[in-house]
Amino acid sequence: MLDVNTQLPETHLKPCWSCKGPSPATALFCHTCKAVQAPAPVDHFARLGMEPSFDVDVAALDRLYFDLQRQLHPDRFATKAPKEKALSQRQATALNDAYEVLKNPLMRADYLVHLLGIDVLPEGCNLVHDQSILMEAMEMREKLMMADTQDALNAIQRETKTEIDDVLSALSLAFAGGDIQGACRLTTRLKYLDKMMGEVRHSRARLMA
Amino acid sequence: MAQLLQIHEPGESPIPHQDDAEMAVGIDLGTTNSVVAVSSEGQVEVLKDDDGQALVPSIVAYAPDGSAIVGELAKRLLLSRPDSVVSSIKRLMGRGAEDVKSLGGQMPFDIEPHHEGESQLVRLNIGGHALTPIEISADILRALKDRAEAHLGAKVEKAVITVPAYFDDAQRTATKDAARLAGLNVLRLVNEPTAAALAYGLDKSAEGLYAVFDLGGGTFDVSLLRMEKGVFQVLATGGDAALGGDDFDHAIANHFLEQRKAGLGETNLSAGEVKVALMTARMAKECLTTEDRGEWMLTAEDKQTKHALDRATFNDLIRADVKRTVKICHEVLTEAGFDPIDIKGVVLVGGSTRVPLVREAVSQYFGSEPLADIDPDQVVAVGAALQAEALTVGSDTLLLDVTPLSLGLETMGGLVEKVIPRNTPIPVAKAQEFTTFKDGQTAMAIHVVQGEREMVDQNRSLARFNLTGIPPMAAGAAHIRVTFQVDADGLLTVSAGEDTSGIEAKVEVKPSYGLSEEEMSTMLYDSMANAKGDMELRLLTEARVEAERAMLAVRAALQADCKLLSVREREAIGEQMDKLIDAIKGTDRDAINAAAEDLDKATRVFAEKRMDKGIRDALTGVAIDKLQSSVGDGENA
Repeated sequence: MLDVNTQLPETHLKPCWSCKGPSPATALFCHTCKAVQAPAPVDHFARLGMEPSFDVDVAALDRLYFDLQRQLHPDRFATKAPKEKALSQRQATALNDAYEVLKNPLMRADYLVHLLGIDVLPEGCNLVHDQSILMEAMEMREKLMMADTQDALNAIQRETKTEIDDVLSALSLAFAGGDIQGACRLTTRLKYLDKMMGEVRHSRARLMA
Repeated sequence: MAQLLQIHEPGESPIPHQDDAEMAVGIDLGTTNSVVAVSSEGQVEVLKDDDGQALVPSIVAYAPDGSAIVGELAKRLLLSRPDSVVSSIKRLMGRGAEDVKSLGGQMPFDIEPHHEGESQLVRLNIGGHALTPIEISADILRALKDRAEAHLGAKVEKAVITVPAYFDDAQRTATKDAARLAGLNVLRLVNEPTAAALAYGLDKSAEGLYAVFDLGGGTFDVSLLRMEKGVFQVLATGGDAALGGDDFDHAIANHFLEQRKAGLGETNLSAGEVKVALMTARMAKECLTTEDRGEWMLTAEDKQTKHALDRATFNDLIRADVKRTVKICHEVLTEAGFDPIDIKGVVLVGGSTRVPLVREAVSQYFGSEPLADIDPDQVVAVGAALQAEALTVGSDTLLLDVTPLSLGLETMGGLVEKVIPRNTPIPVAKAQEFTTFKDGQTAMAIHVVQGEREMVDQNRSLARFNLTGIPPMAAGAAHIRVTFQVDADGLLTVSAGEDTSGIEAKVEVKPSYGLSEEEMSTMLYDSMANAKGDMELRLLTEARVEAERAMLAVRAALQADCKLLSVREREAIGEQMDKLIDAIKGTDRDAINAAAEDLDKATRVFAEKRMDKGIRDALTGVAIDKLQSSVGDGENA
């Protein structure tokens, strides 16, 4: 397990807005009066009840997300008091925010780098100061500009996809080994590759039109 | 940060009712036809008229006194009194005059000139009455409400109303405003393809990855959903809010009018005659769904012409539109990272999916025979009714939808800065920071837009407002945070504030294509003499619900911790609770609020005692936890 200090201890208490009694700061519902609470200031992993890690089992993530939305989604509060409706919306919003980040490997890597690396990383870690990444990106872009058939685009897409898979495996190792600097560098590379995939899609649409 | 701008009012939230026996209905407010349905214990009934017709034509005729006739009768009047009849009004919801499609240079609507100070929302002249699409839609909703009330023998005030997934914010707001005018509280706006998926998922237990292809009279939607064990998760959605069967009618009518011009020379048709031409074209379209060819007569300017059309020519006329729907399907799938082969089934929704060329194109693209075993005209209302029951009675089904279009702000040079990209799960909130570009700048114009294009003027303008009262600072020093929030109905709220000063700045809102709150109140007043009473009733109901919530909370607290109180303290709280119970029985809203406030005061000391006890208990807990964890660590080492 990675060491993250933004998770609130379960023993931290705050007064429930509804019955004013003590309620654990991370509780979704007041233990006494069952009223829905405001979302706790926890990280995305804690929000979904997961340990912080780059390796996320997507099926498990979906299950946790659905279970929580089943309890918190505004549809469950359609006949409730306005204050409870508003809180349910905030809870569901926080949940969607966390789900979107954790579901997507690039966003997850970026988030985890920032979560873990606040004290470790130098300022501007996400700026490219790595010549090889920059060169690779430029080469790819040149290739893309030359591609004028669907086949050529398919080839670039396959190549990019392979690279992405490689980077994801490397990221998993880097995070597991606590190599935050390495993970940061790989995340930057992943950003470029992801952008490339987007541009391939654009070129394909242009070619089809 | 203070909420400075609300494009939508929080007060629009439905009135919570104590009376749970009251039924909530599901309404499909369609371009061509509307349907109302009701669900009880999962059994859906689509409500029919005396002739057994479920579909209510979305056509309204206005009598000289302004009273409205809706449905089949209005449809019959369309041919004899076209000037006082209006159809396909959904196409103009949240739209401006420039959005109205002409036919052969002629408008099928008489458009009122725009007056200074009004919003850009189009106003029509129908039989001498100036009406907005919102008021006309309200008349259709009223007719559906009447049908439901007659059928159920009870008042109907709550509804789930469906909208095309691709409807933008202005169109959704217009729909909600129309419901408000009709005296309906919208429990939820549900996207039409999502409602259809709900009906299929629950009735036919469909599971896996499905596409819903919804081609209605005026709108096209395609949604990609994952369905499993009561979860309906929309992964991506796309469409065109101005593409539908109406366009097929336009294509045929244009074809007929071209033929007419070739025979009779230049013609100059009235809006009424254009409507008749469109009506004829529609009959031709419906006929060619089953027949190979046919002949139709067109009468205008006292001259009759005969027009023949066969299926092949009809297909040629609509081919470009049909191709466009397939292209949109492809874009939605690609963006979500899927191929047609990944899709387990395609559900057909909307009357226009009966057109043979449309079915052909869909099965060809997806490589499978599409599903249409629930009537494509009724499946959306069925889903809406199921969701209405789920919201009022409760259920385990979960509808997770997304934003159909990106939401953004205008930045320097007329460019759009996206704040919330399309296909983001809702509800969602995102903030963007901006700064001033001039020294001492105290105001900033904020322009909210919706759409995918890079330039502002290629997207839909939702609202403009000015953020004023920014303290004078050097250029770039102010931190202006603009927050976009989209609720579960897909409706946007925008708030803005300056961070460093925390100053509460004023905002002026001008909804570009909506009704101002003032216009809305006037309409409410005009349409219901008791509009003010309604507002009062809404506030009273809200006060009661809130008071009951507070009382339940105190009861729960007493049950948990009453031993913290002396007998006298307990009695004092009990006294205030009795007073509140009496106040709730009455109809004085201020008395209820005052009694609730008194109860809050009376329980303050109790709340403090409970917090103290909680913290004491927690500290004891921590001590034990620490002890346990150190023991645990020892074992692991």
